[in-house]
Amino acid sequence: MLSTDHLISIKELQRSDLELIFHTADEFKAVINRPIKKVPSLRDITIANLFFENSTRTKLSFELAEKRLSADVINFSSSSSSVKKGESLVDTVNNILAMKVDVVVIRHSYPGAAHFLAKEVQARIINAGDGAHEHPTQAILDAYSIREKFGTLEGVKVGIIGDIIHSRVALSNIFCLQKLGAQVVVCGPKTLIPKHIRSLGVEVSHNVDETLAWCDVAMVLRIQLERQEVSYFPSLREYRTYFGIDRQRLEKVGKDLVIMHPGPINRGVELSSDVADGPFSIILDQVENGVATRMAGLFHVSEKIRK
Amino acid sequence: MNPKIILNQTQINLIIQRLIAQIMERHPNYQNLVLIGLQPRGSIFARQLHQALQAKVGYSFPYGELDVTFHRDDFRQHSGGLIPSKTDISFLIEEKKVILIDDVLFTGRTIRSGLDALIDFGRPESVELLVLIDRNKSRQFPIEADYCGLKVDTVRSQKVKVVWQPQSEVHIFNPELDA
Repeated sequence: MLSTDHLISIKELQRSDLELIFHTADEFKAVINRPIKKVPSLRDITIANLFFENSTRTKLSFELAEKRLSADVINFSSSSSSVKKGESLVDTVNNILAMKVDVVVIRHSYPGAAHFLAKEVQARIINAGDGAHEHPTQAILDAYSIREKFGTLEGVKVGIIGDIIHSRVALSNIFCLQKLGAQVVVCGPKTLIPKHIRSLGVEVSHNVDETLAWCDVAMVLRIQLERQEVSYFPSLREYRTYFGIDRQRLEKVGKDLVIMHPGPINRGVELSSDVADGPFSIILDQVENGVATRMAGLFHVSEKIRK
Repeated sequence: MNPKIILNQTQINLIIQRLIAQIMERHPNYQNLVLIGLQPRGSIFARQLHQALQAKVGYSFPYGELDVTFHRDDFRQHSGGLIPSKTDISFLIEEKKVILIDDVLFTGRTIRSGLDALIDFGRPESVELLVLIDRNKSRQFPIEADYCGLKVDTVRSQKVKVVWQPQSEVHIFNPELDA
């Protein structure tokens, strides 16, 4: 059983929680590869997916995971809701909960939104991304994908490369990978790396070639142009020249690397198409593992609901 | 109060031989038979039975293991939480005669879950149930074993546990009295 009632941040999870989710995800991965990809575990559970921020793959992945577990699912997106009319977050969620919802999956642009909801409403909360804070289920699926490749996270060297400062994926991954015994280096232009990130116990590099030479796994992050209210680097072309990963750069490293990306990819900026679609890429494995690990997360969060 | 041993290693071995004879009696054309053990405890017994059956008949019977965690009806009532075991059925059960194997038949709820989990793998021609121990008159579902090692009369507060290490034994005890 998980040590927490909600799934809000990796920071508050124990290593044993992550290992339990991985163990259960192994069995769910087998389930979703069978002709009948569904189990009845959550047939008496109703889940609301509240996406106050745009999402394609996370939303689809959660919805599929919920349906594979036989839960009833309702979807909400802020663009077509009363939020536009000025309704508060708590009012919106309480109105939805009045329809007997047991679990809320929330994505919101404000850091701490999921934590706030967990304190204010009577439902289990799963954080699907809160601003630049955390994206725990992405970190879980990333770590699970690395574990699947290497058999363990212990001692695996992971380079997180790109826009670290705006990335909730980076923060959740740093917590998750460290809890599981991996070594982490973050790499990117000085302007895209938070000032005090070393206090989290990670190394910092501004040289992508050195980082690639060091790491076993290159976790490449998207340049989040939509969150950049000022220019953090002179041009996309310059970013690509110094930090973009293409085949030539990988050949220069001269070793097998695992390439990951949480998506969506800015092709030709942080990652070239021949690398994203190449033999070292496990990007589509990450997508498949997203469904299995989210099923496991939902299963264990729902396990604590008493009716 | 110490647990009472109701079966020892020798008796369990004899029971396995009797169960094999009953299977062969009922299925003279055994080529279509497959054996599936219920995880986690039933599969330990099922592996022993499978090995003994193969040794006796000289035929390689398909064998799989089935976990029922995701099909249980008491999900969210377990205080300790549920940890799934591995399901490993690497053959088609379509049109096969399945023998589902568990160590102890009690309320019948695990078997009900097992039947649900099983049909996710196809539509077998038939399903029979084989158990080492049948706790008589304890059923909450209309489920009975086709092959049974030993029927025991117990009260609800008693526990029946099959122990496989260091040697196979079946214990019966009352946790309330032992506390």
